Amino acid sequence: MSESTNFFEQAPDSPEIAARFPDLHPPFNKTAALTEANRCLYCFDAPCTIACPTHIDVPRFIKKIASGNLQGSAKTILDANILGASCSRACPVDVLCEGACVMHRYNTQPIAIARLQRFAMDALHESGAPLPFLPGEDTGKSVALIGAGPASLACAAELRRRGIRAEIFDARPLPGGLNTYGIAEYKLPLAESLREIDMLAQLGVKFNFNVSVDATKLAALETTHDAVFLGVGLGAIYQLGITGEALEGVTNALDYIAAYKSGEITSAPGRVAIIGAGNTAIDAANASARLGASEVYMIYRRGPEQMSAFAFEYEHAKQEGVKFLWHVRPIGIQGTEKVKALDLARLEVTPDGSLVPITGELFQLQVDLVILAIGQATHTEFLDSGKVKLERGRIVIDRMTGQTSNPKYFAGGDCTNGGREVVDAVADGKRAGIGIAAWLEGQNANA
Amino acid sequence: MPTLETTFASIRCINPFWLASAPPTNCGEQVMRAFDAGWGGAVWKTIGEPITNVSSRYSSVDWNGQRMMGLNNIELISDRSIEVNLREITEVKRRYPKHAVIASLMVESKRHAWHEIVQRAEDAGADGLELNFGCPHGMSERGMGSAVGQVPEYCAQITEWVKEKARTPVIIKLTPNISDIRMPARAAKRGGADALSAINTINSITGIDLDTLEPRPNVDGKSSHGGYCGPAVKPIALNMVQQVMSDEQAALPMSGIGGIASWQDAAEFILLGAGTVQVCTAVMHYGYRIVEDMADGLLSWMCQKGYETLDDFRGRSLPNVTEWKHLNLNYKIIARIHEDKCIGCELCYTACWDGAHQCIHLDRALPAPNTLRTPAMVEAESRSRITTTPIPKLGLDGDGESGPYRTPLARIPRVDEHECVGCNLCSLVCPVPDCITMERVDNGLPSETWEERVNAGAVAESPATSNLNR
Ligand SMILES: Cc1cc2nc3c(=O)[nH]c(=O)nc-3n(C[C@H](O)[C@H](O)[C@H](O)COP(=O)(O)O)c2cc1C
Ligand code: SF4
Ligand code: SF4
Repeated sequence: MSESTNFFEQAPDSPEIAARFPDLHPPFNKTAALTEANRCLYCFDAPCTIACPTHIDVPRFIKKIASGNLQGSAKTILDANILGASCSRACPVDVLCEGACVMHRYNTQPIAIARLQRFAMDALHESGAPLPFLPGEDTGKSVALIGAGPASLACAAELRRRGIRAEIFDARPLPGGLNTYGIAEYKLPLAESLREIDMLAQLGVKFNFNVSVDATKLAALETTHDAVFLGVGLGAIYQLGITGEALEGVTNALDYIAAYKSGEITSAPGRVAIIGAGNTAIDAANASARLGASEVYMIYRRGPEQMSAFAFEYEHAKQEGVKFLWHVRPIGIQGTEKVKALDLARLEVTPDGSLVPITGELFQLQVDLVILAIGQATHTEFLDSGKVKLERGRIVIDRMTGQTSNPKYFAGGDCTNGGREVVDAVADGKRAGIGIAAWLEGQNANA
Repeated sequence: MPTLETTFASIRCINPFWLASAPPTNCGEQVMRAFDAGWGGAVWKTIGEPITNVSSRYSSVDWNGQRMMGLNNIELISDRSIEVNLREITEVKRRYPKHAVIASLMVESKRHAWHEIVQRAEDAGADGLELNFGCPHGMSERGMGSAVGQVPEYCAQITEWVKEKARTPVIIKLTPNISDIRMPARAAKRGGADALSAINTINSITGIDLDTLEPRPNVDGKSSHGGYCGPAVKPIALNMVQQVMSDEQAALPMSGIGGIASWQDAAEFILLGAGTVQVCTAVMHYGYRIVEDMADGLLSWMCQKGYETLDDFRGRSLPNVTEWKHLNLNYKIIARIHEDKCIGCELCYTACWDGAHQCIHLDRALPAPNTLRTPAMVEAESRSRITTTPIPKLGLDGDGESGPYRTPLARIPRVDEHECVGCNLCSLVCPVPDCITMERVDNGLPSETWEERVNAGAVAESPATSNLNR
């Protein structure tokens, strides 16, 4: 079952998007990579490795770059993180490996771990060498994985390496989930996500696209497979519940980002407002700015101290020219067919911490596009029948194994943690893959 | 204000920094530019019957991204005629009368050949002569260079022939490719030499090309053992200089050579008795301009130490080098980690466990000291820990007491003072200056050396060794 896939070639080709979203962190060339690799101290039990959710052996792969063993370097990365190339571009390394680097205490720049990791992975891709792992000997067991995002992909890779069949089902036409459709293009281009999935698909993962899994379908899969992995991510972005939300020109950040990444949108209108102040909101704001909007506003009901975006993302948005309106809440969207303006109310913080409108402080912002980015709902209704235990819509798992309250069901990624990074989903999927293999083995032993 | 002026075997020097006989002293134009840059003297690229060189000629050893930690060459002596070299020496001396120009010489091991070249070099105006008994490649196959330096009798013989003729000081340049450098040095002294210089290059093969399987430097697919020099050889050179200078039968004014690139290097050679120092690789790497800081830095160090002249500290470290049997066996030091400086790399930990005595532990955050936890256990624990991306705003600076980027207690290793043998290893690997210091422990014991212990009858001398010593 090792049919070769070619998702990379199915990536939409938009020169305009490529031109507007060049790499935020350009790749190292060989000399720069060597110099940087030689700076690494080769810490024991390295803090960068501990900080990485997938525990990539950072000093080991860096040392291999320094020694010229680039294939070995990439293998070290992939061994811990099957999406090592995507993560090298998408990870918020300031709060992960690079944030933990001891060089900070040396009062100097941390090692550029992400760029070194990308260097090693790019070298592997350029060499045309196959994935440096083989599928394990077939055990006859099979697992259905719901969702083709990072959690399922990582889980599938672990299963295949252990000779367990992995069949993935996804509602979209291409794999990768948010790794493909949701990361700012200047960090991780859509095509690069697909290139990496082509690579892991060499392990013989079976993909089924354009399939929505509902309760009935799930029940069927449960009977045809030995275990089920739920990597369904989150659902739709919340609505504001104010007038005018159905007007043309009102969208949500995830759809907007997916649309420009797929080349369906290649420009933005003049004035754009983004509601929310998380990392996704910032991605949408930066995207509008790069797509040609002359004014981009981020509208947030609290102040900069409470915004959930990473500090470096906030800084980046300021550099892109994004303006911030703090302590403001949208109360209505104006327009007849299309959005024309946003009605806003200024808020103040009461002593008990709640936000109340300041009387009389209402104003209007002329806008052509409103992008909602106030968080995603969960997407677990199809499990409501009590198949697995949920908590506030999230699937409850044992973090070490990914196992849910229903022993045959495992889960990981955003649907369990409420929405984190790609690397967190990969780590979840990896643990679950190992967990499933161990559980199946236990079943065997008991049988 | 201290001075760098000095006199070396009666040669007056404006400073002790000489260029060694090598490519930087190939011709007069170069030597004059070097003098303009601040070099006090130059030993001319070895003069003799012109040779034919091969290409390529050099190869090097890089280390962790640093170029030319060691340099290797298979080039021979000057490829220019004796006349041209001598004419240029005359020209340089005419324009730079205060700078030392030493003619390095190598001819056939025949008395008349040496007499003739000595006469011609001195007539050209050289301030002194350096006899190249060191070249380890090519010339040695023709009975010259290290073929002479390796046989003390030949050293003595040729030195005698040269001294019959020479009016200027004669310096013998020694080869390190010999088991005891004192033997040729003693021979040179017996032969009447006025001074010595050490070391010449060390036999070496720098590496093999892993694509072609051919060694470097590559000459049409083959190579030959070459002479090794540069920073890598400094410790070997210092040892040889010390051995000679501590040996009464060998000691003479010494021009120290081998891996010198900075004022600190120069100071170390002088502390072990060198009168001048010679530099090749560092100049080949960075150019003549490096001499500016060598002079500036040395003067400023002399100021700090209160030395007025080089003689004030020349040889001052020689008495501190002794035979092992005279070292105090009861001197005890142990490692101390300064927690405020530690960055938590744990290199000292892995070094002590794998390369020393397993007495550094990662147990500060544990309820009780645990000296049984191995490196593998430490790593396995970390790898099984679940880490997630910090929720924004609860990032690294939310770590409470330890504060932003301060080292967590669990990552600061602890030295087991009872087990520490005071080997220095951890302090050598620690990347932070002064973070691990080696501190003396008063064990209340009086000084006792191995020799004293043997003499006191506390140790039985092994029969095999006593035979050898006889
Ligand atoms: C601290 C230390 C102690 C050594 N002790 C011995 C020894 O007792 N016997 C021996 O044959 N070599 C000894 N060696 C030499 C090593 O075996 C080896 O030949 C040398 O270090 C060169 O190898 P390397 O520089 O590549 O590590 C010692 C080396 C070191 C650094
Ligand atoms: S913490 Fe920094 S210096 Fe240490 S191993 Fe990791 S990247 Fe290298
Ligand atoms: S080597 Fe130095 S900085 Fe590193 S852990 Fe040890 S004491 Fe701390």
